[in-house]
Parts: sequence; structure tokens; C-alpha cells
Amino acid sequence: MSEPYTIIIGLEVHVQLATRTKLFCRCSTKFGAPPNTQTCPICIGMPGTLPVMNREAFALGLKTAIALNCQIARFTKWDRKQYYYPDLPKGYQISQYDLPFSQDGHLEISDPKGRFKPKRIGIIRAHLEEDAGKSMHDEVSGQADSKIDLNRTGTPLLEIVSQPDMRSPAEAKAYLQELKLLLTYLGVSDCNMQEGSLRVDANINLHVDTPEGKVATPIVEVKNMNSFRAVERAMEYEAVRHWEVWQETGQRLGQVPKQTRGWDDTAMITRGQRHKEESSDYRYFPDPDLVPVVTTDEELAAVKSSLGELPAQMRTRLEAKYGIKPYDSDVLVSAGQGLVDYYVELADLVGDGKLASNWVQQDVMRTLNEQKVEPAAFAMRPKQLGELLTAIQKGEIDTSRAREVFLEMVASGKSAADVMKAQGIEKVDESELIALCQELIAANPKIVADIQGGKPQAAGNLIGQAKKKNPNINPGRFRELVVELVGKM
Amino acid sequence: MLSRADVEKVSLLARLELTPEELERMTAQMVQIVGYVEQLAELKTDDVQPMAHALEVHNVFAADEVRPSLPREAALANAPHHDKEFYLVPAVLGE
Ligand SMILES: [Zn+2]
Repeated sequence: MSEPYTIIIGLEVHVQLATRTKLFCRCSTKFGAPPNTQTCPICIGMPGTLPVMNREAFALGLKTAIALNCQIARFTKWDRKQYYYPDLPKGYQISQYDLPFSQDGHLEISDPKGRFKPKRIGIIRAHLEEDAGKSMHDEVSGQADSKIDLNRTGTPLLEIVSQPDMRSPAEAKAYLQELKLLLTYLGVSDCNMQEGSLRVDANINLHVDTPEGKVATPIVEVKNMNSFRAVERAMEYEAVRHWEVWQETGQRLGQVPKQTRGWDDTAMITRGQRHKEESSDYRYFPDPDLVPVVTTDEELAAVKSSLGELPAQMRTRLEAKYGIKPYDSDVLVSAGQGLVDYYVELADLVGDGKLASNWVQQDVMRTLNEQKVEPAAFAMRPKQLGELLTAIQKGEIDTSRAREVFLEMVASGKSAADVMKAQGIEKVDESELIALCQELIAANPKIVADIQGGKPQAAGNLIGQAKKKNPNINPGRFRELVVELVGKM
Repeated sequence: MLSRADVEKVSLLARLELTPEELERMTAQMVQIVGYVEQLAELKTDDVQPMAHALEVHNVFAADEVRPSLPREAALANAPHHDKEFYLVPAVLGE
């Protein structure tokens, strides 16, 4: 990086946990219900009600925190965070303040394209809290009443706060992708950003190189980013904006109040929002209605052993066992456990991890997309595809014809052998191939002269002629023979 | 001791609009209330473990099973304004 500054980014992620009911009452959390049909006296904050913690929500939070390598508190409690907003009916949010159930973890990120070195992003804490409702403002006049839907109120949220360890927008995006992948593998959230199951706020500032050393610029919080791409763009925009503000004002961290800005994905800019209230204004205090939660070593060990293989371990295993590159293991693992299972079965069958990886990434993934099916429901099983790949390995068919056979197998449901037979595909005998090669060399003296004159690509013309005479020839082997025979002339 | 400015700040956080007379009266009352509670600070607590909760109970959970919610009509019944679907509140500025 040539700029005289370092970008410092920390991310706060809120994920809705995949429970059936809310955090402190048994109202459904199902998305998309008619407004205000999933509320009860507890979640709309009627006096005299008593919240009770959802066991599943705590279990899902624990699972995630352990997968994020967090230290788990043996004793944790919940606090009231007081603020007034129409979508917060109680006038406070039940959250965790000084004794979160987990802290001090980390997540490894890397870039398969190598734009940054693999690194470890620290996790400050992950805590369990309740979601607020939704406000719909009158966008047109800004005059009419706002509409409030409290269905979402009380939905369990896991807030995951990273250390300010990211040094570029690309790293921020990679962190989010890796976190989402982990949450998806754990099955703790559907991570649907459109439905608000995963929300991201970013804190960003610069460390500027000056003659007196590094100077930090004021931290800005950025909200309203509705996709990982938007986060990346907003961070790119903010870094440049911070640099311009710094050059203009020289303002340092602590000299101005923390600013909150909203990302406008259409205009591709951020805009200033209300100033964030000081955290002391939330007047946190322990919620007297909720009792603390104690977690034992035995419970932690049980959760740990139930985690299964996580994405990072899976990528390492695929690379080591099947000899594929980080880029390829990343594509496979990012597509989900189902595709990895399909790949592993295929690679084991054909004994060639790279060949299997090419076919799964291209032909299989494309077909799954077209058919909109999960790998487990895909009609062509690894065994059937394996037969086709084995035919390629034996030289019975070349790759481009195999792709045609694959399409026919998908369309007809027939086996590789049957499709190849129906299309008259069979391995051409080596002696037959040599005879064809000699025949064409004799008939094309000009092309032979071109090849001898230092244009080996002219052999392509002969391959084309040979394919017309016998579509079953292996073009790779044929090219070798042309070069060999011309060389002997 | 609590000042008038403290009470002003708390009333702002609680979105309560107090007249100067009310503010005067509230300040006097809050000084009394907080002063009463502050008597607890006179107790010697050096040997007492801090508590996060008044009860010696922990790990109270409920199963993640859906139960019926309130009918919407009932949920909206106490709202000053609603349109039978949503609660209606004065437009929130600054967002
Ligand atoms: Zn409820």
C-alpha cells in the first residue's frame, strides 16, 4: 500500500439465532408473519410479566462462541440497557454488559486469491441479547406517523464484536464471509441478510504516518450496509473520506465525538447520522427478573465434542488429502457440507482429487444451480459421474466430448457407458491413430512445412481434420503423434 | 449530591418534559430518595462477596416450543394510536 496511512476496521455483527421462539417468551420468531401477530405481554413489555431464558438460544450461542475460540464465562448474567425508541416497547433492551457469556476469541481469515496474508482476527466478545421491533417511516413526506411492528421484538440475537484487526476492506469482507460460513456450518443461523438475520456495523479510522509517529483519526461507526459487498464498498469510501478530512482538519481521535454514518448503496456514499449517546447514558444495571447462568466444564466439553469439522479444518483436510489448491478447497467448502461430501466421494472413487475438483466446481455446480437442487438430491450420484471420469482417465474419451456425455447423462438419466455407446464413442486403437496421422501428414505438406518452420500451433488444423474423419480420437494424443512423426521427417 | 442539571439530564433520557417548577420539585425529591438509598453505603462490606442477583438461583430455562401469541386486537388495544395493523407513533426524526 502506497498511502501514508493504515486502515483500521472493527466489525460488530448481529445474528438472529435459529430458534423457534423468542429469547424470553414463547412467541414464534418466524419471518414474514402479518404485523403484530407474534407478540405477547412479555415481549411488548407489559408490567408484571416475567421473562424466562430460551434454553436453545443459550445453547446455540454457546456453540458459536466455542467455535470462535472464545473463553466461556462460568457465570454470566443479563443487564438492562435503557434507551427510548418506539420499536423498544419496554424502554430497555435485555443485553449483557460487564459479564458476557463469552469473550476473547478469534477467527482465522485468508484470501484464496492471495491479496492478503492469512491472519487471525480477534473476537472481543460474543453476547446474547434481544432484538428490537421494526419501524417503518413515511419516506415521502416525513410527516405522517411511523408504523411499528413488534413481531421481531425479543428475537434472540448473538452480538459478535471483533477487535479492530482488519487492515483493508477486502479483509473486512473476508472476515464476514468466513464468519457467515462458520455460522452456516454450525446451523445456528440462516444468516439471511435480506431478512435481517445477519446485520453488520463497522468501526473505521486511520493510523496516519506523520513525522511525530502514527496518529489515529476519529473513529466513525458505519451502519445500513445490506450486503458484504456493501461493507467492502463503504469501507473503501470511508478510508478515502477519512484521509481527506484528516488533510483538511488534522482532527485526531478523542478531539470530536464519535460519529455515526449511514451507507447509501445507490449513491455509494455515507451520510452523517445522529451522534451516538455516551455508553454511560444507557444506565446498564442487572436485570432483576432474570437469574444468572452457570456453565460447567462438563457442559463445555460436551458442546466442544459435538461441533464436528469446521470450515477451516475442512479446507486443510481437502488440500492435504486430495492435493487441491486453497482456491479450490475454498470454492468447495464455501458451497457447503453437501457439496464437500459429494466431492470427497467422487475423489475417492476416481483417485484423482484435481480431476474430481474440476468437474465438481464446473459441471456439477453449474447443473445444481440450473436445477436448483442440493447436492444430496442431485440425480447423478458420484458413482455415476465417477464412471465417466474413469473413462477420461483411461483415454476412452476426451474432456470436451465427456462434457457432452455429462449433459446427456443429466438429461436422460442414463449411465456414462450407455450414453457413450449410443453416441458411438469408443477408444481409438493406437495403431489406427498412427495410420490416420500418417495419412493426414502425407496429404497436407504445407501444414507440415509450417510445423517444421517453427509453428507448432499449425497442428491444430490436422487435429480438426482428424476429428472429422473419426470423432473418437483423443486430440491430446493425436497432437503428440503429429509432433513426433513430423519431427522424424 | 444530585444537582438540578443531573435531574434535567435524566428527564431528557427518559423523554420527560418537565416545567421549571416540576424540575425544582423533582430535584428536591430525588435528592431525598437517593440520599435514603445512600445510607446503605455506611455499611461495612469489605468481607462481603458482590452479588449479581438477589436470588441464589441460576439456570432457569424454558423449552423452545411455540405457544400462542396475543390476538393482534388485544396487543394493540392499549396503544394511543394504531391502524389495526401497526402501532402508530409520531415520526422519529434524525434517522
Ligand atoms: Zn412474546
